[in-house]
Amino acid sequence: MEENYAIEMKGITKRFGQVVANDGISLAIKRGEILALLGENGSGKTTLMNMLSGIYQPDEGEIYEDGKPVYIRSPREAFSYGIGMIHQHYKLIEVFNATQNIVLGLDDGRLDLAAAAKKVKEICSRYGFEIDLSRKVYEMSVSQKQTIEIVKILYRGADILILDEPTAVLTPQETQKLFTVLRNMKKDGKAIIIITHKLNEVMEVSDRVAVLRKGKYIGAVNTSETNPQMLTEMMVGHSVSLNIDRPVYPSPQRKLVVEGLTCVDEEGITKLDSVSFTANTGEILGVAGISGSGQRELLEAIAGLYPVKSGSIRFVGDDGAEKELVGLTPKKIREAGVGMAFVPEDRLGMGLVGSMGMTGNMMLRSWKNGRGALVRRKEPENLAKNIMEELDVVTPGIDYPVRRLSGGNVQKVLVGREIAGEPAVLMTAYAVRGLDINTSYTIYNLLTEQKMKGVAVIYIGEDLDVLLELADKILVLCGGRVSGIVDARTVTKEEVGLMMTEYRPEEGRL
Amino acid sequence: MTTLIALIVAAVTFGTVLMYGTLGEILTEKSGNLNLGVEGIMYMGGAFGLAGAFYYEKAAGELASGPAAISIAILSAFAAGMAASLIYSFLTITLRANQNVTGLALSIFGTGIGQFVGEFMRVSEGGYVALSNNLKESFSATVFPDFMIKIPFIGRILFSHTIFFYIAIVLAVLMYLFLTRTRYGMYLTAVGESPSTSDAAGINITKYKYLATVIGGGISAIGGMVYIMTTAGCVWNHEGLSGVGWLAVALVIFCMWRPLNAIWGSVLFGAMMIMYLRVSVPFIPTELYKILPYIVTVIVLIFTSMRNSRDKQPPASLGENYFREER
Repeated sequence: MEENYAIEMKGITKRFGQVVANDGISLAIKRGEILALLGENGSGKTTLMNMLSGIYQPDEGEIYEDGKPVYIRSPREAFSYGIGMIHQHYKLIEVFNATQNIVLGLDDGRLDLAAAAKKVKEICSRYGFEIDLSRKVYEMSVSQKQTIEIVKILYRGADILILDEPTAVLTPQETQKLFTVLRNMKKDGKAIIIITHKLNEVMEVSDRVAVLRKGKYIGAVNTSETNPQMLTEMMVGHSVSLNIDRPVYPSPQRKLVVEGLTCVDEEGITKLDSVSFTANTGEILGVAGISGSGQRELLEAIAGLYPVKSGSIRFVGDDGAEKELVGLTPKKIREAGVGMAFVPEDRLGMGLVGSMGMTGNMMLRSWKNGRGALVRRKEPENLAKNIMEELDVVTPGIDYPVRRLSGGNVQKVLVGREIAGEPAVLMTAYAVRGLDINTSYTIYNLLTEQKMKGVAVIYIGEDLDVLLELADKILVLCGGRVSGIVDARTVTKEEVGLMMTEYRPEEGRL
Repeated sequence: MTTLIALIVAAVTFGTVLMYGTLGEILTEKSGNLNLGVEGIMYMGGAFGLAGAFYYEKAAGELASGPAAISIAILSAFAAGMAASLIYSFLTITLRANQNVTGLALSIFGTGIGQFVGEFMRVSEGGYVALSNNLKESFSATVFPDFMIKIPFIGRILFSHTIFFYIAIVLAVLMYLFLTRTRYGMYLTAVGESPSTSDAAGINITKYKYLATVIGGGISAIGGMVYIMTTAGCVWNHEGLSGVGWLAVALVIFCMWRPLNAIWGSVLFGAMMIMYLRVSVPFIPTELYKILPYIVTVIVLIFTSMRNSRDKQPPASLGENYFREER
């Protein structure tokens, strides 16, 4: 060991059946350093880190801690080596309170929650966390849950921390808070690995970046000596244009008018509170908001899938005639001649049937066209072939179950089918969630293409950077209310972030 | 008044049977295992409990004592229930077989084994298996002195029951304390809520699931034994036992997975089950009475899902098997 690395992984290989998730990866991190582990989805970042935290065992390779070889067989052993991981999907018990979650799994004699709470408070004040220890997890916000996760591993005395996409669900303000905490811990001499695919955050918080691609180690660079373009090339393997075109559509017209839309769920909780906006042709209307602010309900209400308590949703025809959509079922909406396409968040649940092939899924849109009891297979088959060719869907055949395709290919099938119906309104929810950079940009381009054809596009997104580049207007939801509709060309990320967390109706209405 | 007291006493007798079945299943379900084999487990408990006591008396002859017979009956039933749940645990925890299918299979298997053992004893002993009257009485006698039972009204309601009822109450309280006050109870709850979280926290999932399921099965089986030794009068009677296990599964939902609720819940269900014997209304067939517990369970389900408090929901991972490397 020339340098004293906190952790050194050498030649790590992990296979899942036929799939090689990690192929001879070597990685090292020093104490007092923040290392960003960068790679696309499926590049093996999480798998690699799971081997450090004892969830998986490597098939080949060695792990050294402070120069000594270690064998981490279980999460418990990982803790004994001071390694703690914060998973992307929080591992918390919903019905327990913060303290109970923090002491979970520890074996130090009698259960003394009061003493534990005291120790937790010390940790919190040391690094600047704020949590209410007696609150149950199911009542907490995402950011509070994450705080508990971090405190949990600090409580166990971890000095090597792994964070798996910690900022994916945070607002910009929460992200800044998290970064402050991470820097505090770094000063405290802890080694921190942060898994991410957001380049701007890598540049902001890390000291060094290690890049994985398709299970292989590509290299590591010092953050100060690199730039986003270079990192993307390392990540993808070839150069990718990171700019999203945002052409201006010459003659936008009103297409969908929503006024005072209010929706209440089965338990009487108001999900949407007098939401009003207009979606125009040739425009991408971005919808921003903390997850669960009513985005899903908004799209489902427009699509006729969610009950509307009051308000109106009107579709403006090409001749200017307005049609009321509230109270119509999806079938009635289609019969009324309203071309609406919906790419739901839950692709394999609401969008596609996982066990059917592409042809079968195309048929879900057209089965009524058959004569009598028989369906016509020819047209959906052709459509499936078209989509496969035009969008580069990687599949062994059009009848191969879509469930077995990768996330990106599933999304291409779904978007392809929805666009094929030549809709007038195209609604997408988290269209690029879980997709790699290449596919994401394919989807962005597809949406922009649709926009330039005069389609009114509604895009619900979670990555604010993308929303700001892709959309023409941004509607910000906060707890089911519209806290503002702003021009995406002039607004800043911080402004949108603030609007996501605070409802201030007087601001920035367009 | 006397009718009411008689009804309550009879309800407790039948409720005791249910309470064991329910408490065992609560423990099992707390670990995230939905063991639908309670019916079979209780059959096995009944048959083996009877067998234990019967062969003990046969071996000891005149020397046979009540307490020893009771302990042997409990242990035999407990062991039978553990063996049955061990099969279930091995299939679902180690081999990750579907819990519903395995539970249903265990139900059929257990009732079969119970029937077989019961009938085998009957045939091999010349047509009739029963304990001597002495021992029979020790199974149905109460532990409290006479004067306490003679206290007006509450005497019979509180003190006239068999020892099994009081053991069950102690068990319920202990289980409550275990689940809410101890580290291991907290970990067991965690395992049932989210195995992956508990695993990441370093808790041995397999150990907790096995122990909870096997011990839970043992407790459930005692219920079957209590039925045979008290209500059925120490004679193998499979008809009375049929459906009791399913009722226990329903009762777990009714109690919202809380041991203390099981105490009054099982007595209430017991009352509903025996109501047709005590309170007969002309023109209403007894079958209508017998569906009462299930109707009440459905109503409770509706209410709890309407209020939708996270604390009143089943363990989040109930019915799902855990595999660490699943992707």
